[in-house]
Amino acid sequence: MGFLEERFEDNIVTAKVDQLLSWARSTSAWYFQFGLACCAIEMMATAASRHDLERIGMMPRSSPRQADVMIVAGTVTLKMATRVKKLYDQMAEPKYVISMGSCANSGGPYSRAGYHVLKGVDQVIPVDVYIPGCPPRPESLIEGLLKLQEKIRHERPLTKKK
Amino acid sequence: MIINQKVSDILEKQFPGSVIQPEEPQNDYIQLLPNNWNEIAKFLKKETELKFDSCQCITGVDLGIEENLEVRYNFHSMKHKHKIEIRIAVDRKRPTIPSVEQVWRGADWLEREVYDMYGVRFKGHRDLRRMLLPEDWKGWPLRKDYKTPNIYNGMKVKKVRKGWD
Repeated sequence: MGFLEERFEDNIVTAKVDQLLSWARSTSAWYFQFGLACCAIEMMATAASRHDLERIGMMPRSSPRQADVMIVAGTVTLKMATRVKKLYDQMAEPKYVISMGSCANSGGPYSRAGYHVLKGVDQVIPVDVYIPGCPPRPESLIEGLLKLQEKIRHERPLTKKK
Repeated sequence: MIINQKVSDILEKQFPGSVIQPEEPQNDYIQLLPNNWNEIAKFLKKETELKFDSCQCITGVDLGIEENLEVRYNFHSMKHKHKIEIRIAVDRKRPTIPSVEQVWRGADWLEREVYDMYGVRFKGHRDLRRMLLPEDWKGWPLRKDYKTPNIYNGMKVKKVRKGWD
């Protein structure tokens, strides 16, 4: 970290507050525990012991007020879309959305014939990372989450935007 | 003895004119008229020889734009271990049929689902609301003449994407 690096004794790290904050945010992105369809099974498998999401600092929270990341895992029906929007509005800033699987990305198998399915959750809430797959394997989900961490790490929350 | 023929004969004897006789003999179902369906249902449940105490499924069928709607009931008897299917055609313009919700308690949600998808009004049902779709939904989506709406509560339903066909 600049010219201050390695000037102090061991175990002392120097950083800008900005970078430190975004680093802390990225490594403790707690996700909102809710699933809409079969993608949620894959999300649960990712959180379970073999893939173990907690090793990258993600743990499930059951309340939108404590969560940072919303993983939209599954088919968003029109009935559910209003609820998803409401849950998203209840989350505290900063908040991020991951669209998991074909259904949440574009409607998937329902994109042409489904009368009841929202064709992509990005019509209702802003999405940060899209993960393809039907359903995506845990590896894909972890890849998407690492991409999101990368995005959060490059944010500068204290720097004023020009 | 084939159970369908037996039930059909008993019903014809008890309620003359309620059974529509098939053109060819078959063992799949019994076609009934909707008029006194509620009494027939009570009879099917109570009669010692029949004892259809379990309503397993109620299905709606749309037979085509020019044709009728149809409601199909599957009954099973725990005591005699036999089962039948009963089909009742209802008019497309005025789809009304007596409810059996108070005969078999399990028919409650099944009838609500048929109402939700086909708009068949079950007369005498105590709580006939939509089952799966939101309450402000318009139309009956599993009918053949259903038109998919373009917009619902400000959300686009149809999304034209070029190059997908």
